[in-house]
Amino acid sequence: MREKKRSPLASTGLHATLIAAAVVAVFPPLWLLVTSFKPKNDAFTTEPVTDFTLANYTHVLADTSFLTWFGNSVVIVGVTTVLGVFLAATTGYAVSRFRFPGMRPLMWLLLITQMFPVAVLIVPLYNLLASLGLLNQPAGLVVTYLTIAVPFCAWMMKGFFDTIPVEIDESGRVDGLNPFGTFWRLVLPLARPGLAVTGFYTFVTAWAEVAYASAFMTGEENLTLAGGLQTFVSQYNNDWGSMTAAAVIVAVPAAAVFAFAQRHLVSGLTAGTTKG
Amino acid sequence: MTTLAPTKTQGKAAPAAPPGRLRRALSTHWYAWTMVAPVVLVLAVIIGYPLVRGLYLSLTDATEANVARDIGMNHIPATYKFVGLDNYTAVLSDSVFWSRLGWTVVWTVACVGITFTLGLVLANLLNRKLKGRTFYRLALILPWAIPAFISVFTWRMLYNEKNGLLNKILQGGGIDAVPWLNDPTWAKLSVIAVNVWLGVPFMLVALLGGLQSIPGELYEAAEMDGASAWQRFRNITVPSLRSVSSTVILLSTIWTFNMFPVIFLLTRGGPGDATEILVTYAYRLSFIDSPRNFSESAAWGVLILLLLSVVAVVYRRSLRKQGEVW
Repeated sequence: MREKKRSPLASTGLHATLIAAAVVAVFPPLWLLVTSFKPKNDAFTTEPVTDFTLANYTHVLADTSFLTWFGNSVVIVGVTTVLGVFLAATTGYAVSRFRFPGMRPLMWLLLITQMFPVAVLIVPLYNLLASLGLLNQPAGLVVTYLTIAVPFCAWMMKGFFDTIPVEIDESGRVDGLNPFGTFWRLVLPLARPGLAVTGFYTFVTAWAEVAYASAFMTGEENLTLAGGLQTFVSQYNNDWGSMTAAAVIVAVPAAAVFAFAQRHLVSGLTAGTTKG
Repeated sequence: MTTLAPTKTQGKAAPAAPPGRLRRALSTHWYAWTMVAPVVLVLAVIIGYPLVRGLYLSLTDATEANVARDIGMNHIPATYKFVGLDNYTAVLSDSVFWSRLGWTVVWTVACVGITFTLGLVLANLLNRKLKGRTFYRLALILPWAIPAFISVFTWRMLYNEKNGLLNKILQGGGIDAVPWLNDPTWAKLSVIAVNVWLGVPFMLVALLGGLQSIPGELYEAAEMDGASAWQRFRNITVPSLRSVSSTVILLSTIWTFNMFPVIFLLTRGGPGDATEILVTYAYRLSFIDSPRNFSESAAWGVLILLLLSVVAVVYRRSLRKQGEVW
């Protein structure tokens, strides 16, 4: 890489800043993890774990429908992520590369969908899904989540596609590829970091969504994690122990997807183009 | 032939025209249209309909007491009626709206400003060769990987006035307990802090992605020409990030303005209504207050939408002046 030798002072400053930021970022989740291993009456003690216990976890896994909710979430969020990334990529590409009638209204549409507050959409949307027979169906939530995630992801992908030289598209055209071929075989592979970011974003958004999930899905076996945990909060009002354990388990898949996206971010677009 | 990006001003929307022209437009643009069609369709149904419905409700006097509902076996039809702009005049002449708007603006500007600055600084620190880069990156993005409702729950634990860790640490240093969520001013600072904590990773990832797609040769060439680090940042990094950063600033303004979960889960808008932003207030009107006031809540929602549209238009216009066109 380009960096020359850094002076020791600059190096210390750099690391000190990053360490401070990292501590602030990591501490709350870490504390949650620590607390989840404490007996539930010790939840608020300041010491790190003194009596290590897995009781909170076994209670959550064995005595509740947690695993069912977990399965529901995986299916719904998985489908949302795959569809979302694909739709965002095609839309973003079209908006980045082609000047077509309806493009500006489309950009505004994508933006405006971000503006209408959930609190106001939720009641009419509930009625709509009910009349379409999508209430309590995974498909209903998938479609709803797509409308939350895709507009932003399409914008993001547009930004990434804008940074990819148009010459690449032109070379594809010269080689006789149609626009879909150019998109699929030349541009998309170069946009991997963008795809990783949008995939991660879609996943986390859907995984963490609470309001729609708890409004549209009812019945213990249909709930997703976010909805399920809401019943938890009222059920175990002051049981911080169980809550922390459940919270940790919910956070794990998000962290796993994050680790995966992270790898793609590191490999990065720059590496891809210089290699080719 | 469809024009490619460099000729940006070309291809203004063709006016609806005789069939020959329509056919030509179709044959020119059909792949662009095919690529965006699924998104447009889904948005039209899932956002469009509720939006129109919300607009309509805001022009009526619908409340819990007069909407259609089922009590037991009996279906009671809706009795609410059209009242024109009454809801809007009521809301706009009420000082509650203006004081909520004031705090919402402070909240949005503070959150977006701090989050973007921190994100940009950290992204630049990380986008270079350094020991432990992967570790730092993982650590700094971690807050994003954890669902927000869980982070907020964790922060509530930390902020807890009697037993929370923060106050216990302060106590250890001989400082009085701080009423993190129970004093209006502290509560405002606390919600902003949590929102920044939640928001930095997003900025960091977006900007880092943007930084990584800047070809390294640009920097090498600039360095060979003797450009200082600051000059490289000013003249290469900033312009190259324009597309990504203008998008994230605008979007994060909109999201922060409408950031429901953080405030609702952390303080429920309290103490009193100190941390209540426009959205949480609209939610309160239609889900918490009794009787639930759907029409006034919808009017708040429409006003929020109008305000944000104005912000977006002004922002886009100022960007276009700097040469960004779409």
